[in-house]
Amino acid sequence: MRTKEKMIEWVMMACSFVTILTTISIILVLAVDTFKFFSEVSIVDFFTDTQWTPLFADKHFGILPLLSGTLLTTTIAIVFAVPLGLIIAVYLNEYASAKFTSIVKPVLEILAAIPTVVYGFFALQFVTPLLQNFIPGLRGFNALSPGLVMGVMIIPYITSLSEDALRAVPGSLREASYGMGATKFQTAFRVMIPAASSGIIISVILAISRALGETMIVAIAAGQEPNLTFNPKESVETITTYIVQVSMGDVPQDSLEYRTIFAAGMTLFLFTYILNNISFWLRKKYQNRYE
Amino acid sequence: MSKQHNIHTARRVDKAFRIIALSLTVFALLILVVLLVDIFSRGLSRINWSFFTNLPSRHSERSGILTALAGMLSLLFFTIIVALPIGIAAGIYLQEYSSKNRFARILEINIANLAGVPSVIYGILGLQLFVRLAGLGNSLIAGAFTLALLILPIIIVSTREAIRAVPNSLREASYGMGATKWQTTRRVVIPSALGGILTGIILSISRAVGETAPLLVIGALVYVPFIPEGPRDQFTTLPIQVFNWISRPQAGFILNAAAGIIVLLIITFLLNGIAIYIRNKWYKKIKY
Repeated sequence: MRTKEKMIEWVMMACSFVTILTTISIILVLAVDTFKFFSEVSIVDFFTDTQWTPLFADKHFGILPLLSGTLLTTTIAIVFAVPLGLIIAVYLNEYASAKFTSIVKPVLEILAAIPTVVYGFFALQFVTPLLQNFIPGLRGFNALSPGLVMGVMIIPYITSLSEDALRAVPGSLREASYGMGATKFQTAFRVMIPAASSGIIISVILAISRALGETMIVAIAAGQEPNLTFNPKESVETITTYIVQVSMGDVPQDSLEYRTIFAAGMTLFLFTYILNNISFWLRKKYQNRYE
Repeated sequence: MSKQHNIHTARRVDKAFRIIALSLTVFALLILVVLLVDIFSRGLSRINWSFFTNLPSRHSERSGILTALAGMLSLLFFTIIVALPIGIAAGIYLQEYSSKNRFARILEINIANLAGVPSVIYGILGLQLFVRLAGLGNSLIAGAFTLALLILPIIIVSTREAIRAVPNSLREASYGMGATKWQTTRRVVIPSALGGILTGIILSISRAVGETAPLLVIGALVYVPFIPEGPRDQFTTLPIQVFNWISRPQAGFILNAAAGIIVLLIITFLLNGIAIYIRNKWYKKIKY
């Protein structure tokens, strides 16, 4: 009996250890080939060269164009989604009736469940042609349209996490504010949002991390051209898109071109890893603020 | 400015914000409506029986999603076989067994981190670990292992949450009857948490259904004219088929893409609907 109990416990512990192995494997897999990559390409060139042309005859290995493409689409998504998602969260929590909220929230959650390849189609086939009516010079593949659509995808993350944060603020704070004669607007923006700020910041950080790692929307609608530009009308390539592009092509294994995806992947992994850890640290720090 | 004036301004701002915020909420919902209407109006005419039974073809009107659907179902089957036991066991261990020690804390942080790793990185991991090192090639089973690692954090976290919701009194009653820890877990805790665990499983399947990027990275093919018959066969899936059609210039393939997306969306919504239904039913039950 005792041994059986112990054995079961050991098996389950081994299962949870799989997650640790996964993390170690990710880091090892990325690090080994990134290391080999940097034995051939100087790390200074990697961060300062303004061209990324590993697949051309004249090879350049500057990550900057991929970084600018990634940051540009992410910035567009965040600038669109954060105010919108936050205002919706404030409206649902402070203004709307419970019934309205209970209908709207699950419908918004659908936006997060839609596969990203669907959003890519929507960006390329609907949003880009629509925007071209208003914005002259907008290319068929551009950063703006997939950026906005990526924003649509992350609205529910921001709304639902911010709403949780707002709901965690004790009602007494709100009532005290009303008691002083403040309007709902004043209460929301001067009492509730500051009180829920840590949760809201966490939602924004997670949204950024999500946008940095998004692949299919930009792969379909942004054009797969590594341009060092911050012009949203131009076509760009993100780190994620480049990884997919190379692995779909027939680059010989163990070549320098093949190793570029590991260096690019490492860069992406580090960015998201740092952001995720910041959000985790914030959550631990402010978790029990109002309990 | 008088005090009276201030109050009036504040009230006006409040009213304006209420209207703006409501419009923005409706705007976000409208985007969803527009997306659905756009896709259904394009693709619906293309959906007929032969769309489900045809192999991929160079001619858009003769192309179908048979191999993509078959590939996706087989892929999900293997993914679930790998991920379910490990995920549920890990979830149970973390919630019921590991005391709040250092190891448990590291595991917790680690799982939260894994959930935030971009899916394309899992693709690189799968490419190097399963496709190349393990020598599985770009096969169904390599894809299944990759997706299993990807959905593992989702299953673990939802299993833990479901188990956490089981009231302690149930456990204590079981211990009081002389049951051991595993007997209590297996006969009392898991049955009461089953609804919540099931919800998490279905949501993780829905996530796996929509994944495209990691499968492209491990080399899932975009053109597969056969149904996979074993775990070592090459494969394609519905999102990859859709991606392939989107990248073609001919208008006929865009229609195909829209039609494929309709099927993909229906599967996704169905899974999510079932998950929400089970969760609501279970939540009513768990409140003893």
